[in-house]
Parts: sequence; C-alpha cells; structure tokens
Amino acid sequence: MLDLSARDRALLDGAHGDAAALAMRILVDMAGVAGADRLVDITSAHIDGCLYHGIAGLEFAERLAAGDARVGVPTSLNVGYVDLLHPERYRGDPADAERGRRQMDLYLEMGCRPTWTCAPYQLAERPSLGEHVAWAESNAIVFCNSVLGARTDRYGDFIDIAAAITGRAPLAGLHRDEERRASLVLRLEGLSSRLLDADALYPVLGHVLGREAGTAVAAIVGLSPTTSEDRLKALCAAAASSGAVAMVHAVGRTPEAPTLAAATGDAAVPEISVTPARLRAARDELDTSTGGALGAVSVGTPHASLAELTRLASLVAQHPPKVPVFVNTARDVLAEAERAGVVRALASAGVEIVTDTCTYLMPLMPEIDGPVMTDSAKWAWYAPANVGVDVVIGSLEDCARSAAAGRVVRDETVWMPQ
Amino acid sequence: MTEPRALVAGQARGRVLVLEEPLSFWGGIDPATGEVIDVRHPQRGAIVTGRVLVMPAGRGSSSSSSVLLEAVRAGTAPAAIVLGEADPILALGAIVARELYGVALPVVVSDPAGLSDAAEVEVRATAGATEIVAAEDPG
Repeated sequence: MLDLSARDRALLDGAHGDAAALAMRILVDMAGVAGADRLVDITSAHIDGCLYHGIAGLEFAERLAAGDARVGVPTSLNVGYVDLLHPERYRGDPADAERGRRQMDLYLEMGCRPTWTCAPYQLAERPSLGEHVAWAESNAIVFCNSVLGARTDRYGDFIDIAAAITGRAPLAGLHRDEERRASLVLRLEGLSSRLLDADALYPVLGHVLGREAGTAVAAIVGLSPTTSEDRLKALCAAAASSGAVAMVHAVGRTPEAPTLAAATGDAAVPEISVTPARLRAARDELDTSTGGALGAVSVGTPHASLAELTRLASLVAQHPPKVPVFVNTARDVLAEAERAGVVRALASAGVEIVTDTCTYLMPLMPEIDGPVMTDSAKWAWYAPANVGVDVVIGSLEDCARSAAAGRVVRDETVWMPQ
Repeated sequence: MTEPRALVAGQARGRVLVLEEPLSFWGGIDPATGEVIDVRHPQRGAIVTGRVLVMPAGRGSSSSSSVLLEAVRAGTAPAAIVLGEADPILALGAIVARELYGVALPVVVSDPAGLSDAAEVEVRATAGATEIVAAEDPG
C-alpha cells in the first residue's frame, strides 16, 4: 500500500495543475510497479524524454506544457534530436527536425537547463554520495549509482520529468540500501597489466558485464583503484546496452565497494571468471565488419570529456585522418575545449565536433562507404540498427590510426594473456 | 513457480512471440513497422505487432518507454508484454499509453517457460488476479 504525503495527495488531486497531477499519477502507478510503499524527495533530475523518437513523445510533452508543467528541482537535459549549435549538419527529413526541435523547446519551457548531454556527470554540478535523484539515460544511471554513489533507479522517459515536476520518486529499487548490494562477482583473471592499462579493455569489459549480469548488480574484482572516470564511463555505457545494468561496483574503486564484502553485504554470491579469451570474444561480437576500406570514425558516446577531446586532438595531429572523423560532446565541454585551444586543433585536422545530440540518433553523417570505427561499445551496439552502418570497435588511439590509414588498424597484442 | 503479477493492468489476446533474448525497444524495434531491428538479436526481422510478446527481461535504453508509446500510437505495438523479470521502463511506456491514448496494454511478470511460441492466448491482468490462458476460440 502506497503511503502518500499531504503534498503528494494535493498534487494528485490537481491542486497544482493538470501537468503536476499527471506527473503524480505516473509516479503512483510506477510506485506500484516497483513495490514502493512511499515516495522520497529528490535533489535533482536528468531528463531523457527530450529526445524525439516520433510524434507520441512530442504529444506527451505538449500535454505537460498545456498543463503548466514546471520542474521543481534542478533538472538537466539529455541529448536532443537536433545539434542546435550546428543545425546545418542535419541530413534527414526537415519535418522530423522541426518536431525534434519543438520537443527540445518544450522541455526548456518547463524550466530544464539546456545541458543537452548524455554525460551529466561531466557537468560542473553533480550529485554526491547518498543523494536521491531521478536520472534517465541508461549510461548516466549506471555512472550515477556506481561512480558517484548517488541513488537513482533505472528510470525511463516520462517518469524522469514526472519526478522533476513533483520533486519525488518511488522509494524502491536502487534508492534502497539492500538493492545496491552485488549479487554476482566478475573476477578478472589472467589479464596483463598492459591490458588493464589499455583503453580498449573498458567498453569490452562493460559488454561482458551486461551480458553476464542482465538486470543484476555485480561487483568487478581486479580493476585498479585509480581507474579513470572516462574508462568507467565506457564500461557503464556498454553494460547498460548489452544488459539492463543500473549499478556496478568496482571493488577498491567505487565508493560503496571499498572491499568485496562491503559490495556484497557479506553475502556469498556466485562468481564468474573473466579471462582475456572471453574479452577477446566479446570484442569480436561487437564488430559487424572489419575488412576493406574504413568509412568513418565516430567517438564520444557517451559525450567526450575534455581529457578525451584533448587526447583526440593530439592523436589526429600525429596521424592526420583520411576518412571523416566525428566526435560527440556536450556544449559545456566544448566551451572548455575552446578556451583550451583544443577545438582549433581538432578543426584544423578536419574533425567534426557534434554537440547536443549524437551521431547514431539521426541522419548526420554523409553517405559512408565502409564500416564506421568507434571506441564505444554503446555506439557499436546501436548504430547498425539506428543508422544502418557496419561497425568495428577499437581504442581511441586505434580509431585515430585507422582514420589515418583508411583501414582498420588495431593493436591486437593487448589481448594476449598475462 | 510464482503466480503471474500485473505491472500494468489490461486484457488482450494474441499469438505468443517468445523472444529468446532480452530486447531494448529503442534501437531494437522500429515503431513504424513493429519489426525487430537489433542486428545482434536472434529474432531480428520478427514482427511484434499484435503479438503477446514474451521475453526473459528488459534490456538497454531508457528510451524504450518512448518507443513503446510511439508503437502504440502508430498501431504497431504488441498486444501484451510478458516478462520473466519486471522491467519498469516497458511498464512505464504502457502506463503513459493509457494516459495519452486510452489504450490498455497489459504488462505482466510471469514465468515464460509456460508459454509456447505461436499459441493463441488471452492475458487478463488486474491488480487482484492475473492469468494467461489458452484462447477458447482459436483464430
């Protein structure tokens, strides 16, 4: 039975307008789905529903706007359908672009911030350990729970804005201590120190995690306590694509897993061994093509950090690309990169910087002849269906070298056992 | 085996389509056609429209609720969804479909092992009792 506060009931009864009542109805129904007995206050929200997928999502946003929707907590926005800073790059149906832009505008009118990024954890303000928030966008959910230690359940489009409007979320799932414990261990075995220090490992390990964990919280044993946020980002995004992972512990690295016992709550849980051979097979599963001339390179899914843009600039200066190279990033990161001179370096090497959206969301890349190489398991997972290209995965350095060679060049020696 | 549980109430009838692996609706189903488009899914090319879609669990994107809603609007959605493990994101799409379009698409948690591919079944899901039974008048 759901115990609502007086304010929850007033919202439900329409005292704060039709949009707030609709938002509260969604929360009450979803509390039932999750088995919550009450709602909890949230400190911020991240909205995925601003991205246009068809008329239905736009009609939902129009319904909220007509009901005077306003967000009640600080709310960031995920990517949208249009690169508002570079709209001329769009190559699809103008009517879709117009509807996509309208949907973005509607969320701004509700009081959301124009962050337009799938990596809100790279913004200056981000939630802290133990804070309750409502985040949608699968990769951001995993990063928020796992790396920041803030608490969000696996939210989808529509409940995100419902939580933002009401400032409430069902107290269930990963908002609760007991649901955050690992029920599965992935133990890295026989990985060389070179592989552990290779960018190529992290998206592939995330892919294995998604396959093995499904919906479960797992703990990974064997990662370095200094594993960078960029590498964890790649891991989290991959696990939320091949699986329904919403949280993972990296023992010795993430805040709720100082030890394996802390991650599991001292419970005995099943263990899976992850070997170089398993990882290499997972890497091969992500590729849909490796032969012939390379068509393009797309990196920055989730959105590139300043460190990643800086490294890409240095790589393309060393290895001038022969094929189109795209990098997706957030407008806030772009502004920092401009100040640091990184944008100029990328532009002079011909790299196309995409903001506010992503290269696999809408028609943006020109006619491409040959597979597209990426450093993202998430991009490799979705792009073949979304934009109809073959994909091949490698590290950021592999991508830059391949762009310069015009064919796939990968350092295969990193996958050798210890 | 635990009793079937309704995540979203409703009644529907259709032929069962058992997916062998989880599917992310976003990037996995084209809402314009109802076709499975995930290139790594073993049932790529299957049409979910009007089927009682059975899958072990949800997967992937937060936008799957939007794709389910769009499929309902476009008339390409499954008749019902039966999940081995609860998936809040698909339930959410069905809840908003009821709010926006008045469509009751039942979403049920139930052991998929009891359901055979292509069988004609009726799903009757209410908060009190949920059952999936062979349709009395096939076709």
